[in-house]
Amino acid sequence: MQTSMATVAHLQGVRKRYGAVQALDGLDLALAPGQLLALLGPNGAGKTTAIQLLLGLQTPDAGQVELFGRSPHELAARRGMGVMLQSAGIADNLRVEELLALTRSYYPQPRSVADCVAMAGLQGLLDRRYGKLSGGQQRRVQFALAICGRPRLLVLDEPTTGLDIEARQILWATLRELVAEGVAVLLTTHYLEEAEALADRVCVILAGRCIAEGSVAQIRAHVAQRRVRCLSALSAEVIAQWPQVRQARRDGARLEIVVDEAEDVVRRLLAEDAALSELEVTRAGLADAFLALTQDADAAARSLPEAA
Amino acid sequence: MNTTSDHRDALAYSPVRAYVLEARYEFLRLLRSPSFSVPTLLFPALFYLLFGVLLGSRGHGGASHYLLATYGVFGVMGVSLFGFGVSVALDRERGLLTWKRALPMPTGAYLLAKMAMAMIFSAIISLLLATIAFTAAGVHLAASQWALLWLINVLGVLPFAALGLWLGSLIGGQGAPAVVNLVYLPMAFLSGLWLPLSLLPDALARVAPIWPSYHLAQLALRVVGKDDGQPVLLHVAVLAGVALIFAVLAARRLARRS
Repeated sequence: MQTSMATVAHLQGVRKRYGAVQALDGLDLALAPGQLLALLGPNGAGKTTAIQLLLGLQTPDAGQVELFGRSPHELAARRGMGVMLQSAGIADNLRVEELLALTRSYYPQPRSVADCVAMAGLQGLLDRRYGKLSGGQQRRVQFALAICGRPRLLVLDEPTTGLDIEARQILWATLRELVAEGVAVLLTTHYLEEAEALADRVCVILAGRCIAEGSVAQIRAHVAQRRVRCLSALSAEVIAQWPQVRQARRDGARLEIVVDEAEDVVRRLLAEDAALSELEVTRAGLADAFLALTQDADAAARSLPEAA
Repeated sequence: MNTTSDHRDALAYSPVRAYVLEARYEFLRLLRSPSFSVPTLLFPALFYLLFGVLLGSRGHGGASHYLLATYGVFGVMGVSLFGFGVSVALDRERGLLTWKRALPMPTGAYLLAKMAMAMIFSAIISLLLATIAFTAAGVHLAASQWALLWLINVLGVLPFAALGLWLGSLIGGQGAPAVVNLVYLPMAFLSGLWLPLSLLPDALARVAPIWPSYHLAQLALRVVGKDDGQPVLLHVAVLAGVALIFAVLAARRLARRS
């Protein structure tokens, strides 16, 4: 319990393989109280596996997973955690109040039903059967079930998929309140604006590794590097050695260069290749940037003779 | 925030309420599924009315006693095989089992709840049959005989729940009802639950003891004096063995998926 103040949960050097697929390849994650960590990454990047390890649904091949200083397989550890998965398969013919009563009974100090209703926006739904609710209402019930145990860690896998804008606003507001109270939240999302609106920290996962981690501003800075594109005969390998250049790549006749500061690099490009044409310099938004980050890492991984 | 009280409450937490609610809502959930509750509750009673009371009153004098015992077993099998086989297959397919495993649900609550549900359904079927037998079929038994029949039906859930659980751990939710029916109906027929084994072809009657339902039926038939006369211990041992083997197979299968 003493360690719980420092980190609520962590994954350290975690590897997990399914057959030929290395789902996680040395992933590190740490969650602190009062912090919302957003896990971003394309499908198949390893987000779901990371969450399953944290929930005790899987055991890592190597590395360490700790929840409140214990193994997530221990009930006592999971009593501090609330969970919302992408599909919960909840019984269609139970009423919302019955589902709440059952899930609350798993926890030592559950929230009152009234609090759950208010925080998840369930007004008027308590005596309805789960199967008769709309998709968005079902997601709200799932969120209520995730928070009903007064968890200190909330794990939300794509929580706002299928929610309308208003319901999403309610959920965001509740999450902000919970984080302000000291709850740690791990969230996966497809919506970058969601990460931007909520997250203290963002971790971009690709091919089972964290390829970028930091505050939203840091990630954006990371990806707010400029991209220089042009038609030129200069060697990409040589340009990659220049100062300010992060990466240089040739795609047919086109050169694509990722740089920290565009001005010096552009000046030198123009000086070295008089025939250079179609010069363009762009700055990525978070979405483009995220795409760029994952594509770069993907290409880098593929250009290696053999993936680890 | 106030960690000392958190700690104390965590220590004071008792899972009893969780076990009780899990069982109650498992029962309600299946009771509210007409595709489960209507056939499992009503078919044994309807068949008994038809074959044990209406047809049984002509000719075969013992039919109402014989079928009281065997339709009870038929009901137990239905509730157990469907309540475990089909519902576990569906829960797996829809992700309910995964979600429940991620939650701090007390150990074993999921299976204990299903067991309680199946036993309550079994007890209801047993009472329905007894009511029909007593009022319409003129079956008069001693109180201890009624009680023993009821107990055999309730405990008879165990081997078929284990078999159902194993089936549910193997098959997908969509195909589950068909697979379970393919096990359920032939086994019921071949164990003499619908017709006495003496009316079946000799070869089929002779291999009847390979079916677990035969052994449960023999225990029930013994209460009304219509069994084949083998030792009770043999039947109990076979049923216990079936329960154990399939429970172990199912546990290994379900653990591998986690």
